[in-house]
Amino acid sequence: MSRVEVEKKVLNENQILAEQLRERYREHGVLCVNLISSPGSGKTLLLEKTLERFDKGTRVAVLTGDLQTENDAKRLAKYGFPVKQIVTGGTCHLDARMVEKHLADWKLEDLDLLIVENVGNLVCPSSYDLGEAAKIVLLSTTEGEDKPLKYPSIFFKSELMVLTKIDLLPYVPFKAELARENARRVHPGMEILELSSTTGEGLDVWMNWLEARRVKAKAKPIPA
Amino acid sequence: MHELGIASSILESVEKEAQHHPGCRISRVGVKIGELAGVDADALQFGFECLVKDTEWEKLVLQVEWIPRVQRCLKCQNEFRMADYDPQCPKCGEFATQCISGEELDIAYMEVDE
Repeated sequence: MSRVEVEKKVLNENQILAEQLRERYREHGVLCVNLISSPGSGKTLLLEKTLERFDKGTRVAVLTGDLQTENDAKRLAKYGFPVKQIVTGGTCHLDARMVEKHLADWKLEDLDLLIVENVGNLVCPSSYDLGEAAKIVLLSTTEGEDKPLKYPSIFFKSELMVLTKIDLLPYVPFKAELARENARRVHPGMEILELSSTTGEGLDVWMNWLEARRVKAKAKPIPA
Repeated sequence: MHELGIASSILESVEKEAQHHPGCRISRVGVKIGELAGVDADALQFGFECLVKDTEWEKLVLQVEWIPRVQRCLKCQNEFRMADYDPQCPKCGEFATQCISGEELDIAYMEVDE
């Protein structure tokens, strides 16, 4: 019997594809973000409000994942930007191959921003790199403040937490300060934004965050 | 929830490795799963057993090593096991600490019977 040391990622194939996507985004100066949350935290509504605020000429596209239905793509297509639904047919997360496949008809040189809306799930999407520049996790005020402690993996891996539905704060027992504290216990230094897609409060800060990251992605490295 | 997919990826890696060892049998595959990987070891083991049942890989053993989250203090370099999501360095009290292990989802080794 001999022992072969392997030392490779279990999801090696996904990782290779994700790195290829990341390189393609980098080459074309495209910012790709991966939106992750529980079902019903407000990913699609936030995207609607985001697309609504973009100028018509904004070079943005959206990939939206769900187990079934084209409902989200229909909702998002109203704003006039390219949108494609990824129907996973039961799979609880998106992987790099699905993203690559659905990007095939789009030219990355026509884009500045690609927003991927993952399947509503706080567990599995955290394991699959999609080549994004940043994972963004949403937590809504109708959930528990301890979500970051219950699902540490995704809060640890996300660069930004967006606290949604803050218009409901007067009516729900949710303590925003405790949620922020829990998120930073799992991920010290994590960026946190708060907003309401319904009232529009905090949307400017979100749009500015996206814009700042987009500009950063666009900046070409200085030739040596 | 996605452990069956993970199990399937592990089996694919074993099948690939087996091609380098013609005439031999891979009897064991060792994986490392970090606390932050979001993968349940029991569900993975169960998924793996379902996957190999009644196949040529039926006797293949999946050995899971669980890796706890370890932080390194950015001030005094002390390394400590992070308990209850408390990032503070127990030695010097610094809050700025960095995660150095616990994210693993790796295949570590395979045992090949000649």
